[in-house]
Amino acid sequence: MDSNNFFHDLHADTSLESSRKKRRKIEAESHSSETEIKWKSESAQRIYAVKLVEALQRTSSQNAPPAPSEAAGGRVVRDVADRVLAMAAKGRTRWSRAILASRLRLTMLRRHRKVKKASGSASRPRKPLPTAAEDRKNRLPAVGNRVKILSRLVPGCKGIPVTNLLEEAGDYIAALQMQVRAMTALTEIISVSQGDRLGSSSSSQA
Amino acid sequence: MSSRRSSRSRNIQSDSSETRITDDQISDLISKLQHLIPELHRRRSDKVSASKVLRETCNYIRSLHKEVGDLSERLALLLGSGEADSDQAAIIRSLLMY
Repeated sequence: MDSNNFFHDLHADTSLESSRKKRRKIEAESHSSETEIKWKSESAQRIYAVKLVEALQRTSSQNAPPAPSEAAGGRVVRDVADRVLAMAAKGRTRWSRAILASRLRLTMLRRHRKVKKASGSASRPRKPLPTAAEDRKNRLPAVGNRVKILSRLVPGCKGIPVTNLLEEAGDYIAALQMQVRAMTALTEIISVSQGDRLGSSSSSQA
Repeated sequence: MSSRRSSRSRNIQSDSSETRITDDQISDLISKLQHLIPELHRRRSDKVSASKVLRETCNYIRSLHKEVGDLSERLALLLGSGEADSDQAAIIRSLLMY
């Protein structure tokens, strides 16, 4: 009887574990399809494009008297585009939080430059290098170098475990794809509307 | 026996960063990445190695970054030339309509 109970417990445990694995897998899949829908939908792209134009209008009105030079203008547009993209993520991903946090840090640094210089470099604490135990977590056979490169490409993902890194990378890529689609459509609309405007004015003069 | 059960119960309670990383989880995430990258999705073979997926992922992210940079330059030029506010309103209106 004892042996029966033993086998019964064993069987119950393994079925529980397999169902838990299945549940985790289903959650992961639904989570991933959620992220795909979030970045692939046309409405999300439209909303992003509108918010981008509004943000660009705000920055151009702020810098109105000294118009930014063409080279700096590209960087400004890129910063705004990244910021609006990060906001669209609603704080749910590490890369988006890192983008917004780095902006905040930069504005703080610019405002308190003198104070920062006085306090020295103690303001930004260095993260400790991964210990041996963490290394085992991050280890992946024969691809460790690629993982490190990937962690540097995705913002805010330097020392995190591999599974989190891969999740962040997937979401980041989907977001970047939407950013490219939206900005491409935006440039097309603007150039077309400007072409119309220039064309109509020249025809009226002729 | 009891130690095995207790280690499993520890897995239930700890959050995702503490659980032992399984090969299944990693291969799932890697296949998800593979579907996002157009290069690999075109091949459609299941035999793409993790190393190749990671390498293509890095290259793809770099190319996306470059594309965003180029688009930003173009946008800066376009927005720098015509500055009328009515322009921007017309842009937003057409954006909402397309």
